[in-house]
Amino acid sequence: MQGSKTEASLLRSVAIVGVGITELKSSTPQVSYKELIFEAAQKAYEDAGLNPRKDIESFVCSSEDFLEGTSIFDEYVPDQLGAVLKPVCTISADGMYSLAAAYMQILTGLFDVVAVEAHSKASDIVNLSTVYDMALDPVYTRPLGLNASFVAGLEMSKFLHSRGAGTNHCRMVVAKNRKNALSNSLAMYGGIVEAKGESQNPVLSYPLTEYDVAPIADGAAVVVLASEDAAEHLRDDPVWVKGLGWASDSPTLETRDWLDATYVRLASKQAYQSAKLRNPAKDIQIAEIDDTYSYKELQHLEALGLIGDAKAHTLLEQGAFERDGVLPVNPSGGSIGMGHTLEMSGLVRVVELVLQLRGEADRHQIKGVETGIAQCWRGIPTTSGAVVILSNR
Amino acid sequence: MQIKKRVAVVGAGMTKFMRRAQETGKELAFEAVRQALDSCNMRIEDIQSVALGSAPDAFDGVHMKGEYLLDGAGAWGKPYSRSFVGGGTGVFSLIHGWWHVASGLFDTCLVVAEEKMSSCLPHPQTAFLTIFDNMIERPLGPNLIWIFALEMQRYMQTYKIPKEQIAQVAVKNKRNALDHPSAQIAQKVTLQDVLNSEVMAYPVQRLDISPVSDGACAIVLASEDVARKITDSPVWIDGVGWNLDTTYWTNRDLYFPRYVANAARMAYAMAGVRNPRKEIDFAEPYDPFDYKELHHMEGLLLCRKGEAPKLTAEGVTERDGKLPVCPSGGLLGVGNPIAAAGLMKICELFWQLRGEAGKRQIPGDPRTAVAQAWGDLMQIGTVVVMRG
Repeated sequence: MQGSKTEASLLRSVAIVGVGITELKSSTPQVSYKELIFEAAQKAYEDAGLNPRKDIESFVCSSEDFLEGTSIFDEYVPDQLGAVLKPVCTISADGMYSLAAAYMQILTGLFDVVAVEAHSKASDIVNLSTVYDMALDPVYTRPLGLNASFVAGLEMSKFLHSRGAGTNHCRMVVAKNRKNALSNSLAMYGGIVEAKGESQNPVLSYPLTEYDVAPIADGAAVVVLASEDAAEHLRDDPVWVKGLGWASDSPTLETRDWLDATYVRLASKQAYQSAKLRNPAKDIQIAEIDDTYSYKELQHLEALGLIGDAKAHTLLEQGAFERDGVLPVNPSGGSIGMGHTLEMSGLVRVVELVLQLRGEADRHQIKGVETGIAQCWRGIPTTSGAVVILSNR
Repeated sequence: MQIKKRVAVVGAGMTKFMRRAQETGKELAFEAVRQALDSCNMRIEDIQSVALGSAPDAFDGVHMKGEYLLDGAGAWGKPYSRSFVGGGTGVFSLIHGWWHVASGLFDTCLVVAEEKMSSCLPHPQTAFLTIFDNMIERPLGPNLIWIFALEMQRYMQTYKIPKEQIAQVAVKNKRNALDHPSAQIAQKVTLQDVLNSEVMAYPVQRLDISPVSDGACAIVLASEDVARKITDSPVWIDGVGWNLDTTYWTNRDLYFPRYVANAARMAYAMAGVRNPRKEIDFAEPYDPFDYKELHHMEGLLLCRKGEAPKLTAEGVTERDGKLPVCPSGGLLGVGNPIAAAGLMKICELFWQLRGEAGKRQIPGDPRTAVAQAWGDLMQIGTVVVMRG
């Protein structure tokens, strides 16, 4: 890949000036997706002190049709966002990609204030695994009858074997994230679980067990971005978007890199370049990253380049990623502790990071953090992900 | 408003539009990308980012279709994302690519739009059943032709438009498409042929509608300084606009697409177009149905409300008329692979403004043009103004 010729110094600065998020719940029969989005939007606009009809110039939403059970889901977003007769669009990806789109829209100079939306009504999906199956290549792969757990199991096996790690390390990730989630009031799956010993959980596809998979949750999140000028008028504590990157490796199972999260390596390189971070391992004090599967947290950590040549599982053993460790990873509880919210997952990471950088993360606040990183992955069978670097300075 | 970087179109490519392509969606995308890169002597290594447009996943039965099309679209190892605004996606994909470059983040962006509707059996209309509200509309079993019949009826009733004036659009566009090498249903039809064709849902008849198609288009974008190194005749994207109306289409008056007008005003303001009727030399409005071309000419503020049918009847919108409209042959003639059809209109602007449209070339050195697409539940307008 040819690196983008980013001239960071010449770019407009962009800040996050408002965040709104619902509690994440395993099911939400009492509200529709529209009501979830409305709640998150209302909170974000109030947080930013903005009237969407007057002050917000553009809206970027995130959805995939099959997860909604509705084709062209873009049709169903404007009313509950206060975005009727405004520039509104959908990016078919994780909310962090929509954040990147909004970021670029502001950099062009076209807009000063843009809102980003993502949501999950996962509990409405009757058979999520069938939807995942539909993401496999219809000609070459789908006829083999593979499923997402099988693909994840293969990758997990390869990763653990090559690193000399074991399933016990994956259980440690789960134990850490679920324990962290206990002090996050938004989280669904907080708990104390045993990290040691053999897993008693049903094997989905060896070595992947049910325990390793982030359980689904419903919710919605809205984030408001603003240009430097607008941000400084809006609040005293904007959180700055220092750098952003997103990238894809091969979509086919046959040609991808099964060992490394190459997409994260490429995306973080782009993000570090635009943030002008020479030594990200030193500059970044907190990470909210994708843990759709337990081993993915370790794999993504290594690809982010935050731990040098060290192996993630050995640092994990030493407690480096605990809340009081050298590099707190998913102090929110991650997707394993908070719940996996499909295309909203990346935006949840962003919201959590913003709360940390504002010092508003409640009982799971890490003291004195200035710069942090959030990362997302689009799930099996993709090799696509995004990275964003935020700072309160 | 100061846009950070001026963005140029430097290359374009498209596959043939056809009913049942043997190629997979990835292969269609690849072919369009190959052509677009060849047209400006660029290699995939020169491309820094990729923006994809494609309409419902239900056509292909592939979840996360953007991820599936990734390698065919040339995005392996690159920043890549997909935008999706229903039928408006084709023109919007260019806007999506535009902000990659206009932001200053990337020097080049490859825009790809692909659609393979024929995988959907027995007919892609089945996929469209799933675009309606799952609680209040879908149980009624509506389809697209019904709701567009409502809109067409409302438009005809408001301005007392005779069906003959609307059918004229189908005759013109199918004839224009005879000169397009990629066209699917170019043909010489008479007004009587259209008026005598099978009634689908009154007043919509078979020849009022664009076909079901497979196909792909690709566009190469570059920032000003880079574009000048690639070509002597870049075509500039000077205005972009998009606008989404309420979901509740049943609650608004369908006689005029106010969201298209909003998008057009946004694009014209950015391009410094003060009087579109005087300054726009030709237009490629979205024409999946013949009445839509007229509806959109009005939405694009290219004529007064209700005036488009009259202008068409007078021949103003013919290729050699005062305001050529859909010189490509449009969706009615070239075909309608949803997202690709929108980007086809951008390709047409590029070729016309460079004087490379061959037999379709508009006389008189056109300089400024507008392309537009429309989609969702008669709800979104996407508009691009380009200059040669």
